Amino acid sequence: MSAPTGRSTEHAESQAVPAVAHATTPSGWRARATVWEYLVLTWRPYFFSGLASAVIAPLLYLLALGYGMGSLIEARGTAALGGVRYVEFIGPALLCAAALQTGFGESSWALFGRFKWHRTLWGITSTPVTPAQAAEGHVLFIATRVAVSSVLYYLVLLVFGAAGGGAGVLMLPVAVLTALSCAVWVMALSATIDDDGPGAFNLAMRFGIIPMTLFSASFFPITQLPWAMRWVAFLSPLWHGNELARGAAIGGLPGWQAAGHLVFLVALSITGFVVMRRRFDVRLVV
Amino acid sequence: MNPPTAGATAAPTSRTPMIAAAGLTKSFPSDDGDDFVAVKGIDLVVPAGEAFGFLGPNGAGKSTTMRMIACVSPRTGGSLSILGQDPSIDGVAIRSRLGVVPQQDNLDEDLTVRENLYIYGRYFGLSRKQCWSKADELLEFAQLTEKAKAKVAALSGGMKRRLTIARSLVNDPDLLLLDEPTTGLDPQARHVLWDRLFRLKQAGVTLVLTTHYMDEAEQLCDRLVVMDGGVIAAEGSPAALIAQYSTREVVELRFVPGTQRSVLPVVEQIVERIEVLPDRLLLYTDTGEQTLESVVAAGVRPVSALVRRSTLEDVFLHLTGRSLVDG
Repeated sequence: MSAPTGRSTEHAESQAVPAVAHATTPSGWRARATVWEYLVLTWRPYFFSGLASAVIAPLLYLLALGYGMGSLIEARGTAALGGVRYVEFIGPALLCAAALQTGFGESSWALFGRFKWHRTLWGITSTPVTPAQAAEGHVLFIATRVAVSSVLYYLVLLVFGAAGGGAGVLMLPVAVLTALSCAVWVMALSATIDDDGPGAFNLAMRFGIIPMTLFSASFFPITQLPWAMRWVAFLSPLWHGNELARGAAIGGLPGWQAAGHLVFLVALSITGFVVMRRRFDVRLVV
Repeated sequence: MNPPTAGATAAPTSRTPMIAAAGLTKSFPSDDGDDFVAVKGIDLVVPAGEAFGFLGPNGAGKSTTMRMIACVSPRTGGSLSILGQDPSIDGVAIRSRLGVVPQQDNLDEDLTVRENLYIYGRYFGLSRKQCWSKADELLEFAQLTEKAKAKVAALSGGMKRRLTIARSLVNDPDLLLLDEPTTGLDPQARHVLWDRLFRLKQAGVTLVLTTHYMDEAEQLCDRLVVMDGGVIAAEGSPAALIAQYSTREVVELRFVPGTQRSVLPVVEQIVERIEVLPDRLLLYTDTGEQTLESVVAAGVRPVSALVRRSTLEDVFLHLTGRSLVDG
C-alpha cells in the first residue's frame, strides 16, 4: 500500500506480489486497540453525563440504604455484620453491583445494536481487523468503562468512610473481574440473538442481574439466608465478588476462601470469553 | 464506455488478475437438511483497472459472491484468488488492500462524519495524524466537507452512501467492491455517486459492483456478467451483450392491462421476437420506425407506442424470461 495520500494508480504496477510486504496490516494488539479506540470515541459524548450518574447513584444508595435503613439495622446491633457499620457492610457490595450493571449495559444493548441495528461490526471486520480481535477490543473497552465508573464509586465510598482501609483499593480489580465474568456471557448472548434482543435482555435482567443483586449477600450476610437458598448465592458471580471486595475493605476473609472466589470468577470469565469469541466468528463469518 | 485517460492514469500493466475464480461455489446449510446453494460454480477473471459488474435480480447470488471476494465469507467449493492471494489463507492481508461498500450502510450513527472516516483509517493501521488528514481529503471527494462535524444520523440517504464510499477509500484500495451502491437513492443522488465512481475509475482503481439497475451497469461497467439463480447467464461488455442477445431497437406498445395478448397473432406476423409484459408488448427489431408503421398498418391500436434502443434490461429479459427490477 502506498502512502495514504498517494494516488491509487501509483501502486497499481507493483501490486502483483510485493505490495503485501508493506501492506499496513496492524498487528494483533494494535487491531484490538483500534476497536477499543472506536468504542472510547462512541463513549465520549456520554462521558460527562455518565460521570454524573456514576456519582449520583452511589450517593443515593448510600444515603437511603447506608444511613436510612442502616440506622434501623444498627439499632439491633452490628454483630451479624461482623461488627462494622451497615454503610461499611454494603459499600463494597454496592460497588460490585454497580460494576455488574455497567458491564451488563455495555455488553447487551450497546453491543447488540452494533450487530443488529447499526451493523458497525460488519464494517469493522471488512478491514484487517478480525472478528476475534473485534471481540477482544470490546472486552478491553468494557473493562475500561467499568474501571472508570468503579473508581468514581470508590471515591464516593471514601467520602462516606465506607471504602475500608488501604487494601480497599483492591475492590477495584475485584469489581472489574466480577463485571467481566458476566459481561463476556452477555456478549455471547448479544452475538447470538437476532430478532428478540429486548426479550432476551429483559429475561437476563429479571432472572439474572436482579436476583443476583438481591441474593448475593449484598444487603445482608449470607447466614441470614436459609440453607436452601444459599446455593443461589454460591452460584452467583456477584456473591464471589462481594466476598472478595468485603475481604479487601473490611478484612477477615481467609486466604483459601479468597482463592476459591478468585478461581470461580476467573474460570467463569475464561469460559465465557472462549464461548463469546466463537459466537462473534459464527455471526460475522457467514 | 469511455476508455481510461492516457499518461499517468493509464491502465496498470500487471498481469496478475485482481480476481480469479474457477468453479466458485457457496452453499449454506438449511433446516431441511438440503444445503441451499447460493452460488453454483462460477468462473471469472477481472484484470486490474477494469470496472466489472454483476447484473442480476435480488437473490441471484451477487452479494454472496461479493462477500466471498471481500474475504468475509469462506467459499465452500472451487478456487478463488484475490490480488493473487487465497482468501482462506491471506484474508487479513487481502482485506488491507480492499475497499468495501456494503449493501446496507454500517456507519456509526453516533459519531460525526469526520470521526467515521478517522476511525476506519485506524483499522487499517494508519497513524492518527494520517487518519485525520485522509478524512479531510475524503470529505472533499465526497462533497461532505460542510457536514464534517455533523452526526451521521442527521445525513440524508445519499450523503450516507457517499460517506460509505469515501470511507471505503481510506486505505487507497487496489480493488473497490460496491454492493448495490445506489439502491434506494433518488435520481439526483445517483448521478452524484456515479460521477464520483467514474472519477475513481479514471484514476485506475479496479471497480467491482453489483446492481440490478441496467442503466447503472451501462454507465459504469466495462464488462459485466448477468447472474441468475447462482450461475452466470452471459458475459461481455454492455454493447456486446446487447448486440448478442437483443436487436438494435425495441418497439414498446402499451395497452390497457390484460388486452395486450389479443393483438399477438397480428404482430407475430411482423417481428420474430416478442416479450409480453403485463401492460405492454415489446417487439424486437432492427428498424423500429418501420416496424411500428407496419404494426399500425395492420390495424393494431395501442394506447401509446414508442421506439427505443435495446438496453441490458432486454438482454436480461431474453436470457431469463423475467424483468430485472420487478422480477
